[in-house]
Amino acid sequence: MQFLITGITVGFTYALIAIGFSIIYNASDVVNFAQGEFVMIGALSTISLHSRGLPLPIAMLGGVAGTALLGIALEKLAVERARGSSVITTAIITIGASIFFRGLAMVIWGKEIYQMPHFSGETPLRLFGATLLPQHLWVMAGAVSLMAFFWYFFNHTLFGKAMRACSYNKTAASLVGIRVKTVLASAYAISAALGAISGVLIAPISYMTYDAGTMLGLKGFAAAILGGMGSASGAIVGGLCLGLLEAFSAGIISSSYKDAVTFIVILLVLFFKPSGILGKKEAERV
Amino acid sequence: MMFRRVVVLSALFACFAWFLTVSAHAADTIKIGSFLAVSGNASILGDPELKTLQMYIEEINAAGGVNGKKLELIHYDSAGKTKEANDFVKKLIKKDNVDILLGGTTSGETLAVIDVVEQEQIPFISFAGAIEIVEPVKKWVFKTPHSDKMAVAKIYEDMKKRGISKVAVITGNSGFDKSGLKQLHALAPQYGITIVADETYDNNDTDMTTQLTKIRGTDAQAVINFGLGKAPAIVAKNIKQLGIKLPLYESHGVATKEFLNLAGDAAEGIRLPAAALLVAEKLPDSDPQKKVVTAYKAKYEAKYGPVSTFGGHAYDGLFIAVEAIKRAKGTDKAKVRDEIEKTKGFIGTAGVFNMSPTDHMGLDLSAFKMLEVKNGNWEIVN
Repeated sequence: MQFLITGITVGFTYALIAIGFSIIYNASDVVNFAQGEFVMIGALSTISLHSRGLPLPIAMLGGVAGTALLGIALEKLAVERARGSSVITTAIITIGASIFFRGLAMVIWGKEIYQMPHFSGETPLRLFGATLLPQHLWVMAGAVSLMAFFWYFFNHTLFGKAMRACSYNKTAASLVGIRVKTVLASAYAISAALGAISGVLIAPISYMTYDAGTMLGLKGFAAAILGGMGSASGAIVGGLCLGLLEAFSAGIISSSYKDAVTFIVILLVLFFKPSGILGKKEAERV
Repeated sequence: MMFRRVVVLSALFACFAWFLTVSAHAADTIKIGSFLAVSGNASILGDPELKTLQMYIEEINAAGGVNGKKLELIHYDSAGKTKEANDFVKKLIKKDNVDILLGGTTSGETLAVIDVVEQEQIPFISFAGAIEIVEPVKKWVFKTPHSDKMAVAKIYEDMKKRGISKVAVITGNSGFDKSGLKQLHALAPQYGITIVADETYDNNDTDMTTQLTKIRGTDAQAVINFGLGKAPAIVAKNIKQLGIKLPLYESHGVATKEFLNLAGDAAEGIRLPAAALLVAEKLPDSDPQKKVVTAYKAKYEAKYGPVSTFGGHAYDGLFIAVEAIKRAKGTDKAKVRDEIEKTKGFIGTAGVFNMSPTDHMGLDLSAFKMLEVKNGNWEIVN
């Protein structure tokens, strides 16, 4: 039972990060490898603001807004300059950005480990013989509400639809009057903000260091790929599958092979269903 | 063949010529060569080591030096890289003509230069942890920090006193964790301890409840978590979350204030072995180390801020070297080496050193104190 609960709570953590990947992917077909760094920067800047005496909710707003600005900066200063280049080139730019952000964070925050207060106490809750922390519920609630936001945004708002249009065909999108530049910049801002929110939700449980973004980003990326890139429900399904796989392979087989088992399953899924569990089969773009 | 001979001859000639020009200068000072990881990943270790060396060499020189000669520190930043360490050691020996080598912040750097040191026959005191540095004994190589083997022995000794014979082990995936795990398995039979669960985690994992749930299902009487960084704090919190009541032992890797802050309430009752330096003020007056560690701590903190055990290793190395040079009445390398090996009853920050031809570290288990976290602070348990 504890394995199940742990799997679900860890899974939602991954799902939160995976959602951030999906937004930029939906807007520009690019996988933003700096997503994990947004998570880290969101959490660390919130912690810094909080330690300066700001109340937690305001510190969170500040941290999230700051990270969103960083997202815009990344888009304007690096990604936009390389427009017209292939998706691969842009993805590599984001890898470079992630290394840069990590270095920057090391200079600003040093190598110390930071902690953040739990939102509503640390008294564990009992559930069918297993335990979880109140913070885990916050993470779950965060993931579900972000998913709802995501779904509404892309399916029912003009801006969301415009964003999707940019992903399908930038030239056509601009021809029908969509300002592609603005759309792309806001896609980076939104996904950076989402990353920061997940960082803030996760930090009380996992602590935060300047280099924690890499591993979180990688797990979130795996979850997004597993569930189907670009779909919010896919991100949750992928995250949960990944979390449960980890928990059960560590619990039943051996904790030494946890990551190996997980990645073998991901490889198998991608082998037989390359678009992910919930991914739609796309028509070949020419 | 011919070519190599020419090279060797010309190198010899160059050395000789160079020696003639600088020998007059060299005789004035005792040259201490050091290579430390002042930048790079191990900089939290290397930085206090260099500061300690500089601070005390200045003090010794102000008091007139050693055997009437001033000490001269020649230092290179190896950044924790084995290749750099190796190059710098060759440079220190051949070009700077140093009398003794101190340094090697990480075990990797130290192990990388041992061959050169042995070949060039120069006394070398390392500040790195791995037991492989002095086991088997190398003629010219010594070290000052305690090893992970001793930390494990100290934990097992404490468990024996409490009547614990079945333990669950949980470790991370860094070199420190793995080396500790190896020692945990190696020493268990000697102390009549059975390891009933052996779990691992990735140092970046955010949750260890799965592994701990498995441990809860065994008949372990205590849990040992040998690790570094934030993971041990998560382990402590998860243990509390799961309501596991078993005593938890940590390694000396988390003997820091930071760990106490991170783990908070969950740290209460945790035991771990640590160097005396961390609890300097709490040592009983009868403790032979009390005077040395409080003096070092006060001096270092007055100048640079919070003290760490790593700087202490440099203090121990420097003064073992200085004492040996005094006893050797000069800097003859073979004599100094012999005198380092004869170090007896030297009280350092890491413990009381008693070196011998078969032990080039010279510390015993009394170098570690067993600490318990009480009310958010360390207490010494006996």
